[in-house]
Amino acid sequence: MMVLEVSAIEVRRGKRTIVSGISFHAARGEVVALMGASGAGKTTILRALAGLEPIAAGSVTVPRPVGMVFQFHHLFANMTAHRNVWLALVHVLKRPRAEAERRAAELLDSLGVGERSSAMPHELSGGEAQRVAIARALALEPPVLLMDEPTASLDPARRGDLAATLRRLAVEGRTVVVATHDAEFARACAHRVLSIERGRVTG
Amino acid sequence: MAAAPSWMCPPAACAETHSELRWGGDAEGGAPYVEADPSDPSRVVGFDVEIAGLLAAGLGRSARFIQAGFTSIDASVARGDFDIALSGIEDTPARRSRLAVTVPYYEFREVLTVRGADRGRFRTLADLRGRHVATLGATLAYDLLVEAQARDGIVPITYEDDVHPYSDLVLGRVDAVVLDQILARRGVRRNAGLYNQDAPLAVGHYVGILAPGNTALRDRMNAILRDAMRDGRLEAIFKRWNVWNEDQPRLYARVLQDASPHPVAPSSLAPAGGTPTAGAWKAARRYLPALLRAAVVTVALSCLSMALAVLLGVLIASGRIYGAPPLRAALTGWVELIRGTPLLLQLFVLYFGLAAFVQLPAFVAALLGLGLNYSAYESEIYRGALEAVPPGQLDAGRTLGLSRLQILMLIRAPQAFRLALAPMTNDFVALLKDSSLVSVITVVELTKQTSIFAANIGSWVLPGIMCASIYLLLSLPLARVARAIERRWRLA
Repeated sequence: MMVLEVSAIEVRRGKRTIVSGISFHAARGEVVALMGASGAGKTTILRALAGLEPIAAGSVTVPRPVGMVFQFHHLFANMTAHRNVWLALVHVLKRPRAEAERRAAELLDSLGVGERSSAMPHELSGGEAQRVAIARALALEPPVLLMDEPTASLDPARRGDLAATLRRLAVEGRTVVVATHDAEFARACAHRVLSIERGRVTG
Repeated sequence: MAAAPSWMCPPAACAETHSELRWGGDAEGGAPYVEADPSDPSRVVGFDVEIAGLLAAGLGRSARFIQAGFTSIDASVARGDFDIALSGIEDTPARRSRLAVTVPYYEFREVLTVRGADRGRFRTLADLRGRHVATLGATLAYDLLVEAQARDGIVPITYEDDVHPYSDLVLGRVDAVVLDQILARRGVRRNAGLYNQDAPLAVGHYVGILAPGNTALRDRMNAILRDAMRDGRLEAIFKRWNVWNEDQPRLYARVLQDASPHPVAPSSLAPAGGTPTAGAWKAARRYLPALLRAAVVTVALSCLSMALAVLLGVLIASGRIYGAPPLRAALTGWVELIRGTPLLLQLFVLYFGLAAFVQLPAFVAALLGLGLNYSAYESEIYRGALEAVPPGQLDAGRTLGLSRLQILMLIRAPQAFRLALAPMTNDFVALLKDSSLVSVITVVELTKQTSIFAANIGSWVLPGIMCASIYLLLSLPLARVARAIERRWRLA
């Protein structure tokens, strides 16, 4: 069963076409890697799937909410790691605060950063910040998780851990789309690798 | 031969400048004292101008007028900016102790002016308990009102000029005005429906003042003035200006009988608070409660105006970032209008300009003026701070499904506030000091009270130090509080 359907989307900024004719799909429990050099349009595709970029043509079918982990994490700078994770549970899903805090603590524990929950974002290392960002994205239990260049701030050992984490998420039934230029990482975690060049799928 | 500029004249010619009598006065005081000649504004006219001419002629010199602010005229003459000041200057014990004072050349009565409808019920200051009574700051009339405040419970309101007390009396902002009869007659002439009570509240005298070391020149001037009293030249001057009355011959008789420099008492008022030589410290102790009360006004006004400025600033900044284009254009225009015009002008417009439509109490007008003015600056700080929050933070909020308002309230505004805190503290300290401008619309705050104090004791040294200390005591903790908040925010 296809969870994610992307057909012939085009994204423009002003007169410039950033990506065009992008089509792919992903099934439940599948990890798909978008491979390509910097500037190939990977980030733009993820942003379009997350609803952050208007689509000029084509269509996207994706169940909402979509979980998104940004390359630079974008943790909310004015709150602790813990509050970053429970914020949307309380303010979007209107869960009781105590329940949301409990759920956020579980997520942080499961990603190995439970002991960092009272830290502010600027006090976290790159790897810690990324795991908090994953916890934040997973808090709303999205069927689809998007990750942009997740290996950029990780050493090789951490990359292995991350690949394992993504596979575990897939086994739990999530669909994961990863944009990366790291071929080794893509092979380690993805069921399928799509090559993006100059805004098009080439393989 | 063409006249050479004075800085390059040879010594013999330079003696020419000594044959000038430099005299100071405030042309804003207006007729009949000193005013710019309506037909030639580069010249001044008035009875004080003619007395200066009379003194210069008696000394064999030519009179040269130098403009001086009324409230700083004592300090200017003491510094040597001019030889003598003549501008309806009142004889006071403080002036006698600090300056060389001429014999009095005019006797005036302090007159109570009320609205015609009140002429039966407000006959004396004692009838005005709990009511607002206006006058000029740093005058005999002000001392009268301060006495009446303690004795009769009236509320003195001080103005910077002698026109608005009467117009505010017509509007009902005050219930009476106390000033000398020359100003009172002019006030009644210019404003319909006002009435001058006949019984004088006090009697005072106009004198010329010179630097304290200048007693030799003062004595020569006294001789000239006495001659002019004898031969009718002073009478002719005052008759020309239509202020001659039966009080003057009586004054002149007393001055001519007694050859001492001070033939008559400064005024019919008992010298307030002891002898003039009581010393600056005693004066400081006497004025400290008033200064502290004025400091409370400064603090209250600053805090309330800042709160208003922050509130409006946030709304304007939000409108400029999130609003539709017409709203954005309107708000941009508003900010430029407020930032591009002087605060002083805005205060005048709010208090005096709008008085025909809405009569704002002085404190409210001051609060609105400062608040509106600073809201323009605050809005620019917040706009800059909101725009400085990285767009990634907002993207992250959107992908979590937070609404625009939630993103603003939970993420963008708190982060912007941290960026805005330092410039906001800066603005608050600036506002604390700008609040001194509101004295032009009769609010007596710290700086105004200090200038009244300084005029009363005839020196700025001690009042200036006391005033500066209070401002510092107010602004330094503020900076500390702001730094503490910043630190907490960084660690929170």
